[in-house]
Amino acid sequence: MTAASITVSETPLVLYVLRRADDALVLGHRLSEWCGHAPMMEEDMAMANMGLDLLGQARELYGYAAKVEGKDNDEDKLAYLRDVRQYRNLLLLEQPNGDFARTMTRQFFYAAFSDLYWRAMMASRDTTLAAIAAKSEKESAYHLRHSSEWMVRLGDGTEESHRRAQLAVDDLWAFTGEMFAVDDSERGLIDAGIAIDPESLRTQWLATVARVIDEATLKLPANDWMQKGGRIGQHTEHLGHLLSELQSMQRTFPGATW
Amino acid sequence: MSLTAHDSDLRQRAWNAAAQVVDPEIPVLTIADLGVLRDVTVHDGEVEIAITPTYSGCPAMNMIAVEIEVALARAGFRKPKVRTVLSPAWTTDWMSDDGRRKLRDYGIAPPQAGSGRRALFGVEQVACPQCGSTDTETLSEFGSTSCKALWRCRSCREPFDYFKCH
Repeated sequence: MTAASITVSETPLVLYVLRRADDALVLGHRLSEWCGHAPMMEEDMAMANMGLDLLGQARELYGYAAKVEGKDNDEDKLAYLRDVRQYRNLLLLEQPNGDFARTMTRQFFYAAFSDLYWRAMMASRDTTLAAIAAKSEKESAYHLRHSSEWMVRLGDGTEESHRRAQLAVDDLWAFTGEMFAVDDSERGLIDAGIAIDPESLRTQWLATVARVIDEATLKLPANDWMQKGGRIGQHTEHLGHLLSELQSMQRTFPGATW
Repeated sequence: MSLTAHDSDLRQRAWNAAAQVVDPEIPVLTIADLGVLRDVTVHDGEVEIAITPTYSGCPAMNMIAVEIEVALARAGFRKPKVRTVLSPAWTTDWMSDDGRRKLRDYGIAPPQAGSGRRALFGVEQVACPQCGSTDTETLSEFGSTSCKALWRCRSCREPFDYFKCH
């Protein structure tokens, strides 16, 4: 027996919250995949810790999405019983861990964004989102500091670590534009003061990224072509595999608890 | 609606019971020392306790909620409710002086006030809880729990936990 997928009534606010919840869950799950495999004990703990922060953020956001939707769904159903095309996370965050340089580069690009994003969202007119933002902002600051230091150590390290870090920057760069994209459903929330316009964060994001990349003796790609799709459920082939593992217990044994 | 004398007394008893609950991961600190215990309300004899997480994903929260229910049940309260609040966001500034002293005695360096969490490559000065030397270094930004980092004293060579400023 397997559990069927749920349907979600994606009003603009439900969709908005769900997108951020999926971001946190998917990246948190990716980080958890390093547990027991990281290059050193300290990093094993660091990635598990950051994964836990993200999982905590995801739970708050899923809980709120379910509440706003006001149907029969809850945080567990939203996480475990939506299919890949119903997931709304950024493509960047579902990219496989690859080597340590790739994981840190993914983390760095996102943390440099989420740090600014959550700080700005503390001014949201939606008091629940503002409260979640106030907690997430503090956590994101640590994630940014941690991944920034690793970018420098890897980029300005050995020839091999530099090569791997540059390769990760080149490969992941095309997924960074999606963080700043806004569609019609979000435009209304921005106008209402519930969401912030991510475009307003771009200059500062780029300044932080450029500064660290430069200190790391790495180069940002000149290519500015960007890949989108995650926000409307068009994912890379990697997310389905991630979800099949993340959801396997609840899909196989619906409602299982222990 | 004004609080009756009876409710006021109940509230104080409930607070005292809840305030005894310790953090399962740092058992020298109570949730009152930590600032995790936010509020106690009594309405028609029903008591509700508000707690706030240190970090979003702190796995100790469920345990703390259960321990509060047990503590209140022992103090004679029936069906106490425990509610989680996110706002205002928890900060180490809420940790009591007594709590900081207990942490240090336990071998964990207490959080530094205003230590520049924002600084991208910030330098913090943390005193070793064993020998007091400030000649210390970070081993890992992330430690054995969400709220701690791992440090080492260059003077006495002892590694120690540092309760991160948050």
